[in-house]
Amino acid sequence: MVENRPFRTFMAYLTLIVGVVVVAFPVYLAIMASTFDTATIINGNMPLTPGDQAPENYTRALFYGGKLAREPVSMMMVNSMIMALGIAFGKILISILSAYAVVYFKFPFRKTAFWVIFITLMLPVEVRIYPTYKIVADLGLLDTYTGLIMPLIASATGTLLFRQFFMTVPDELLEASKIDGAGPFRFFKDTLLPLSITTIAALFVIQFIYGWNQYLWPLLITTQSSMQTIVIGIKKMITTTDALTEWQIAMTTAVLAMVPPVLVVIFMQRLFVKGLVETEK
Amino acid sequence: MAGVTLETVRKIYAGNVEAVKGVSLGIEDGSFCVLVGPSGCGKSTLLRMIAGLETISGGAIKIGDRVVNEVEPADRDIAMVFQNYALYPHMSVYDNMAYGLKNRKTPKDEIEKRVKEAARILAIEPFLDRKPRALSGGQRQRVAMGRAIVRKPQVFLFDEPLSNLDAKLRVQMRVEIKRLQKALGVTSIYVTHDQVEAMTLSDKLVVMSGGQIEQVGTPGEVYRRPETRFVATFIGSPPMNILPGIVEGPGRVSVGGQSIAVTDMKDGLAPGAAIEVGLRPEDVQAGTTGASSLTMDVDFVEELGATQLFHGKVAGADFVVQASTGQIAADTRKLTLAVDPANVHLFDPQTTKRLGRA
Repeated sequence: MVENRPFRTFMAYLTLIVGVVVVAFPVYLAIMASTFDTATIINGNMPLTPGDQAPENYTRALFYGGKLAREPVSMMMVNSMIMALGIAFGKILISILSAYAVVYFKFPFRKTAFWVIFITLMLPVEVRIYPTYKIVADLGLLDTYTGLIMPLIASATGTLLFRQFFMTVPDELLEASKIDGAGPFRFFKDTLLPLSITTIAALFVIQFIYGWNQYLWPLLITTQSSMQTIVIGIKKMITTTDALTEWQIAMTTAVLAMVPPVLVVIFMQRLFVKGLVETEK
Repeated sequence: MAGVTLETVRKIYAGNVEAVKGVSLGIEDGSFCVLVGPSGCGKSTLLRMIAGLETISGGAIKIGDRVVNEVEPADRDIAMVFQNYALYPHMSVYDNMAYGLKNRKTPKDEIEKRVKEAARILAIEPFLDRKPRALSGGQRQRVAMGRAIVRKPQVFLFDEPLSNLDAKLRVQMRVEIKRLQKALGVTSIYVTHDQVEAMTLSDKLVVMSGGQIEQVGTPGEVYRRPETRFVATFIGSPPMNILPGIVEGPGRVSVGGQSIAVTDMKDGLAPGAAIEVGLRPEDVQAGTTGASSLTMDVDFVEELGATQLFHGKVAGADFVVQASTGQIAADTRKLTLAVDPANVHLFDPQTTKRLGRA
């Protein structure tokens, strides 16, 4: 804005700062809690400055786990990572290919195929949870990474996103490729894929976080503690019935659970901007 | 090198819409053929059929002696320049030009040689490492042509390649395309709706309307002897004036009671029959009288710098006359027009065909 009104600027900043504080304070509190021992947290007088237990808490959480839930968080993080990456890449692969088919190939029932995919938007995992569980169980995929990942890959959001993007790519590019002797696969690999980088990055960020934060599905199909994801792990640490909740370990785990999504956002944001600057339709 | 032959080529779209209605045309090897017509006349569809981007509903297209109806675009040995250039946005200029050759498994050093040579011809050597978005419209246009040249095809196809450029650049690129085509000697087919481009570029001018060919000829022939009223009014700027007239006898027609002599008139036309009389704005002499003359009521004057256009009415029909600036006072209300009998075009009001000597 060109106008210079100090009071308005002040109000704008004040609003933003209040917003940031509201969102960031609980996160700050969790980080602080991960640096004290149980006693300090339990007695209700936890200071807002960092304590000295951080190395102890983080080593214990990462490599030994809590007193009751004995799985190390590092193992849960590996599980979560495999699941989140599996969902993100699987979804990108499936949806970019199905969108490519729906947009660029003329086959019978093309519209029907698209609408069938579209309709699945109305059926998220939670709605179809029983039949999905039944299928996965019958296939013997309980307590496997395949069972964790596969049912969550199938969804229409990605297909829709790529379809919308492909529709904005000028037809002349396809025609120029045809004349340049590029077949369907070459056109996809040499032209469409490089142009889709930003869309892929966006979808990756969304799907990675979606996969990382999954709670209900892993809770249902994993029974072995070696297959536990970090979100389930946190939950388990808090609901200990006859022992004192180890809040410092739960908070440490929560902080650790935040790290990968934050890294993904920070790293992908760069690619995002880079892609936006370098490509042009 | 090869010529292109079209034999009663048809294009019927879904819903029984006939976009191209049986076009036959022979384009000689090495010639520059321009397809011109208003939008929707089927010229672009025809070009895209030659390129292989549209299926052919009927007839045959030959490149050289080979019928290419069922041949993939990549195997037709053609190169195309698109209206919006269709450069690959993520590739450098070099890669844009090399892509087609790479797909054909051309050896690397050969690709480099050809790209460098094309870049030299088109003066785009400094930009080889840039992305298309870092280029101006004219430079992108050159890259698009470079992409066509490196392939060394039998035929160049141009689909309104200059319509995205500003007026000045368009004139400049027009000259360059012409020069390039003459230098390379490759058969070229060029689609445009701009009649100036069509006139200046073509060896062979094809005027199309409603999915059919109206006239084929050299630009001079088409301009001097338009075969139909459509061609007469489409080619030439400002367009030819068409006046209602009546046949008086051999070599004479009358317009609004004023008698005019005509050189090129079909024999045996019945006196008293209605006829359309075409006169180009630049072909009538304003302010003088001749062997035959017309009078015109002037409404207003358009200034074009070197010339002026007088708009008005002759025998109740709209009429435009071109005159050198200063030749006639701008406030003139009544003009006398001298008509050279050789410059009068006659058309049948029903069939709109030319009524000239065979």
